[in-house]
This record gives sequence, structure tokens and C-alpha cells, in this order.
Amino acid sequence: MLKEFFCFRKYIIFTGVFIGISATVLQKLGNPPNMGICVACMERDIAGALGLHRAAVVQYIRPEIIGMVFGSLIAALIFKEFKARSGSAPLVRFVLGFLAMIGALVFLGCPWRTLLRLVGGDGSAIFGLAGLVAGIWIGILFIRSGYNLGRNQRTYPLVGWIMPLIMMGLFLLLLFRPQLPSGAVFFSSQGPGSQHAPLFIALLVAMVIGFLAQRTRFCTVAAVRDVILIKDTYLFTGVISLLLAALVSNLILKQFQPGFQNQPIAHTNQWWNFGGMVLAGLAFTLAGGCPGRQLFLSGEGDADAAVFVLGMIAGAAFVHNFAAASSAQGPGLWGPASVIAGLIICLVIGFSMSDLGKKKMEDKK
Amino acid sequence: MNQSIDVRGLSCPLPVVAVRNKLLEMKKGILEVLVDTGTSKDNITRMATSAGWKVEIREESEEYLMVISK
Repeated sequence: MLKEFFCFRKYIIFTGVFIGISATVLQKLGNPPNMGICVACMERDIAGALGLHRAAVVQYIRPEIIGMVFGSLIAALIFKEFKARSGSAPLVRFVLGFLAMIGALVFLGCPWRTLLRLVGGDGSAIFGLAGLVAGIWIGILFIRSGYNLGRNQRTYPLVGWIMPLIMMGLFLLLLFRPQLPSGAVFFSSQGPGSQHAPLFIALLVAMVIGFLAQRTRFCTVAAVRDVILIKDTYLFTGVISLLLAALVSNLILKQFQPGFQNQPIAHTNQWWNFGGMVLAGLAFTLAGGCPGRQLFLSGEGDADAAVFVLGMIAGAAFVHNFAAASSAQGPGLWGPASVIAGLIICLVIGFSMSDLGKKKMEDKK
Repeated sequence: MNQSIDVRGLSCPLPVVAVRNKLLEMKKGILEVLVDTGTSKDNITRMATSAGWKVEIREESEEYLMVISK
């Protein structure tokens, strides 16, 4: 029975282990502490590099984001799963991406970094993780009530290629680093944005992650969602594998520093660590997957997932330009208000796009 | 009589939830499911087999016809 368990799940376990080890090793090779791979933080850095926000310490074109899309694209092409599709409420997905990023940057991490912070010893990540699960749980209530963003449609192949092409453009900017009179492309000279693993190692590792995750459908949000919603532990096995592998790797690399105070790129306002991730977890669940999964989907031709990613990048710009991002001192001036507004918007979306809202509309007719 | 359900174009997890609800309602019989992504195909296969259903998959022009029976 145990043999059958591992045989059936060997690829998802391998994917989790690979992500866990490679994230902690990337950290050793130069990525910011407890941030070997953080999809939200890395998209935020890309927004900064393009000048969409001007927080000077978080500006870098992260090759990990590019690599994850490329890896997924390659896997999808090899296994004939590249299918250009779009049209499932793209504007709503943009908004959900935008709001997910607000929540993530109030906590200071996406679901991936929540796990990596936890196994780095950061106790505040427990509150983030609790918030994430709470957000997913609220999302599940809407799914059980018939929440549906509508069907997508098959479309021109070019539509599916747009996101990989955007990533290729970012890669060229990273490689040639043009300096325009405006100051773009911006690269941090200090702070987290200045800390990075060697470009081609990070790119290659991320491509392998993208490849594996496309094949195994790895998703940190669906891992929790599927356990609660359909009693399926397949993806959850991958997340547990990630956690254990990253923990062991951190212990070996001496990157495990337990405690709440003075953790890297984190704050200890637990209300907003929790609240930020409730918003992120809810927005990710309403959009169908974690930020990593959205990248993998956009690599296999899902233009709606690509719109979600662009929403996250726009959200990162908003968060920093409107003083909503947290710092080591705690949430930004407008962080809590942004989270509350984001939660209200998510609830309105969940309510109005489920059977609850549809019934109201039919009653009016 | 065979029943059928079309989950093409629906985002994850709606396809597997829709099929699961249908199977719970049917208890036994044959359900034909039209699916258009590998993710949904995998999720539905995993869910149905773990619930004791037999799954046959036919690939037709980049889509899948899943025949689930018990």
C-alpha cells in the first residue's frame, strides 16, 4: 500500500523536493533570505525594474519568473498540451491578481515564500499560513455555491504565445540591461533587489521547475483546496515534500534561524500577516491557483492566467506607489485599508459570480 | 442510460467538482465526460478511480472523451 502511494505520487513528490532544495540553494547562491523563490516578490521586483514603481531596493528582472514560464512552455509543447485559450472573465482575473498581490505584499510573500519562511524558522509565517488557509476556505465556500468565472474558448495560437513572448522581452532586457534617459531599466544597488543568484543558474533551475510543475500540475493553493473540497491529497503531498526538503536543506546550509524577531524581509504584526494572506488566499482560490500555477498555465497557452499575472505586476506597482507595502517595521500606511478593501471586492466577486448572486439576478428579472 | 457532462473551458477545480457531484448523484452507471485540458483529465481520473469508478480515456482532436463507469 505504501509502495502504491509513492509510485502514484513519485513525480509530485520529486517536484516538491526539487523546488524545496533549489529554492534554498538559490538563496545560498545570492537570492534574498527566505526568498529562494517567491513569485509575488519576484514579480514585484520586475515591476520595479520596469519603473512601474520606484522603490529603489526592490528592482530586478528576476530570471526565475521567466524560467518558470519557459519551462512550462517547453513541457506543454513536448507533451502536446499547449493550447491557446482565453475569455474566462479576464478583467476579473486581472483584478484578482491585483488584489492577491496587495495581500502578499502586506504579508511579504506569496504561498511559496510562506512555506520557505516557515522552514527558514520565521515564526510569523505561521500566521501567514493560517491566513492563507482561511482565505482558501472562504474561496471554497464560493466554489461550493457555484462560483464560476465562465468557460474559456480556444483561440488563435498567437494569443497563447503572448506571455512567453513578454517573458522573452524581459529576458532580453535582463541580458542587455539598456539604460534609458528615464533611468530604466532599474536595477537595485542595495536591498533585496540587489541580491540574486547567478542569472543562468536561476534561469535553468526555474525552467526545470516550470517543466516539472507543468507535468505534475503543482499548485500550493490547490493543494489545500483539494484536501478540503474533494478529499484529494495528491498536490498536498507535493507541498509537504517541498516543506521537508527545504527544511533539511536549510539545516544543512545553516539557513534555519528559528524565532519571530529580526527575521529577514518580514514583520511581526501578526494581525496583518494573517489578514494579508486571507486576502491573497481568497484571491488565488477565486482565480483557480497559486501565483506559480498561474505562471505555468500562462506558459501552456492560458491567456486568462497570463492576465492574472499582469494583474499581479500592476498590483505590485500600486502597493509600492500607494504606501501599502509592508516593511520590517510593519504594514505600510495604507496596507491595512487596502487589504480590507481587497477583501470586500473579493467577496463581491465571489457572491455575484456564484449561484447566490445569480439567484438574485434571476429574481430581479 | 448513459449520462454525459461537458466541462470543456471550465477553470480548475470546477471540472472535477462537477464530475464528482454527478458521480455522487448517479452512484453507478456510465458517465461520459468531455474534457479539454490534461489537468482536468488527470484530476477527474484521480478522483474517480479513488472512488472506485473505472475510467477509460479517448483522445479526440486535442480533447478527451472520458468514459467513467461502475
